[in-house]
Amino acid sequence: MSKTILEIKNLHASVEDTKILKGLSLTINIGEKHTIMGPNGSGKSTLANVLAGNPSYTMNSGEIIFMGQNLNEMQPDIRACAGLFLAFQYPVELPGVRMWQFLKSSLDSKREYNGEKPLSTREFDNVLNEYADKVGISSDFIKRNVNEGFSGGEKKRNEILQLSLLNPKLAILDETDSGLDIDALKVVSKGIDSFSSDENSVLLITHYQRILNYVIPDFVHVMMDGNIVTSGDKTLALELEEKGYDWLTTK
Amino acid sequence: MKENNNVISRTTELENDNYKWGFDFKFNPDNAPIGLSEDIVKLISNKKNEPKWLLDWRLKSLKHWFKNQDNEPKWANIEFPKIDFQKIRYYSSPTSKPNPKSLDEVDPEMLAAFTKLGIPLEEQKKLSGVAVDAIMDSVSVATTYQKQLEEAGVIFCPISEAVQKYPELVQKYLGSVVPYSDNFYATLNSAVFTDGSFIYVPPGVRCPVELMTYFRINELDTGQFERTLIVADKGSYVSYLEGCTAPFRKNNQLHAAVVELVALEDAEIKYSTLQNWFPGDTNGEGGIYNFVTKRGKCQGKNSKISWTQVETGSAITWKYPSVILQGDNSVGEFYSVALVNNYQQADTGTKMIHIGKNTKSTIIAKGISAGKATNTYRGQVKVLPSAKNARNFTQCDSLLIGDKCGAHTIPYIEVKNPTAQLEHEATTSKVSDDQLFYTQQRGISLEDANYMIINGFCKGIFKELPFEFAIEASQLLRVSLEGTVG
Repeated sequence: MSKTILEIKNLHASVEDTKILKGLSLTINIGEKHTIMGPNGSGKSTLANVLAGNPSYTMNSGEIIFMGQNLNEMQPDIRACAGLFLAFQYPVELPGVRMWQFLKSSLDSKREYNGEKPLSTREFDNVLNEYADKVGISSDFIKRNVNEGFSGGEKKRNEILQLSLLNPKLAILDETDSGLDIDALKVVSKGIDSFSSDENSVLLITHYQRILNYVIPDFVHVMMDGNIVTSGDKTLALELEEKGYDWLTTK
Repeated sequence: MKENNNVISRTTELENDNYKWGFDFKFNPDNAPIGLSEDIVKLISNKKNEPKWLLDWRLKSLKHWFKNQDNEPKWANIEFPKIDFQKIRYYSSPTSKPNPKSLDEVDPEMLAAFTKLGIPLEEQKKLSGVAVDAIMDSVSVATTYQKQLEEAGVIFCPISEAVQKYPELVQKYLGSVVPYSDNFYATLNSAVFTDGSFIYVPPGVRCPVELMTYFRINELDTGQFERTLIVADKGSYVSYLEGCTAPFRKNNQLHAAVVELVALEDAEIKYSTLQNWFPGDTNGEGGIYNFVTKRGKCQGKNSKISWTQVETGSAITWKYPSVILQGDNSVGEFYSVALVNNYQQADTGTKMIHIGKNTKSTIIAKGISAGKATNTYRGQVKVLPSAKNARNFTQCDSLLIGDKCGAHTIPYIEVKNPTAQLEHEATTSKVSDDQLFYTQQRGISLEDANYMIINGFCKGIFKELPFEFAIEASQLLRVSLEGTVG
């Protein structure tokens, strides 16, 4: 029996006054890996931001149920604590805010939400070092300010580090693979792959088929003009790579 | 904290939950009549049993002030109704027995009052490694750690006591950095100053503890005119901290202090301020007018003076802690965080006057504006013809919260020696929605996210403060930021 983690029903959303999502529906069950592909401007990132509760985006109608709760009524930080994680396409810099402090506060918030005690400094250091090793982040990195002066690849690795550390129920990755060289891509995919289990779900938004060589999706959806136009398994991604999106519009 | 109701009654006239220090204390004060005149100056001088030279200096200042009383400084970017200087009380002592010899002589109610303010003065509870001089309204009420300081030969006492015990030192340095005729408020201070701290560190001595003065304005309609004088003799070092609070009052109160620092050859003075005077309520009513003249003189070669300030309080702040770099190779530093919220106004910055050869100055000023507040950085870097190879680095960063506040950066640069090198960087930014959302997406609440980002903005300044003060500064920031987002 599969358990539903996320259920999106007839979602309409807009940015400022522009309607972007137009009646999108999607169900993700526990243990599943979904990929959303689609041309620029089709609404992929909007979907990710609406799910995470970015106040710049307006949900006009529809319903989003996450782990049995109505997401629309939850602040972004509560959504995060409840287990929804968004790896950003463009992670922002936080000048003067130490990585260590940021990560500790994040984890403490989440643990508090779940009724757990915060980790001691030593416990936290151990956990952090373990995950940092896995995603190939050095301890110097932890002493720096959040994303400040990080290269594109470092920023993406940092997102994966946070993913591992916070261990969410649903990980949404918004074009995390964009702009990565092949080595960084491998590290990032490996990170996603080792996170992924029967206990959680992944929603991977991407332009490129290449990351799907490392993270093999159970479902591939194609978004165009604010809606999912077709869904299939991983072979759909290969077909898209070969034929482009035009093939779908003329179908 | 358990309150002693016999001593402390909280003022309930004004609603302002953000300002934790707004309660007042009921003492039976010894007050001078309201108003300013030669008689008042004589009365103050007489109360303190001052020598003639000091009374003469006060009277000379008063005369100068009366002559120029229509010349209030008008260049600052601040607005306030004209102050009626005849409606201020120039002397108020919370008890009739000022200047106790030891803590045993201090009124227990006074100790309780300072404990409530977070400044425990009792020996067993005193701040670890910090000697405290506590000043209530116009007089010093207690100085801790006297014995350890005596052993090191460091003089740290109320300036009124120094006038009695070390008149030569006071006479030699008082007014040597900020002359009585310097500016409107400094002149007024010279005439009516009541108390403040005096520090003298003898040659070669590294002061064994941090020295701290805690200022408190308590009485209604009272102005505070303290005078602080710090002299670091050759090769000595001292780190000095000052903290300030005041109760909620519907009326504005004036605080016009003068601080003078003198660093002789190879000496270093580190001066840190946490200024948290009552800023007024959310509608801009009440609050302290903080019009302060602070200046240090690097008199000897290789000397160094460093100002670090965190300014979160006061309805209006007008202050420019400056350094005169007279000795060759001397160093001046200014690190500042000025936060204004609601209707607060701040016009603050520094002056670095390069006179000696190879003199260096660094200015890092961070301004944060929220609500309908206005924040102005005003700074002057002046390189005189004699200042060969002078160096200055200035960085001014402004951070805006919301869209009704203002930030201004006004640098004045004057260079008269071609070998000088000056750098100036300035930025203005907002706490972006993207930064807040990113942080919230990691499970951190909006208010905490806002605080975290602004604390990050101030990090470079906080690290200049002594450790315990840095924590307090960070907490002060949090309290001052409440209600600025969401």
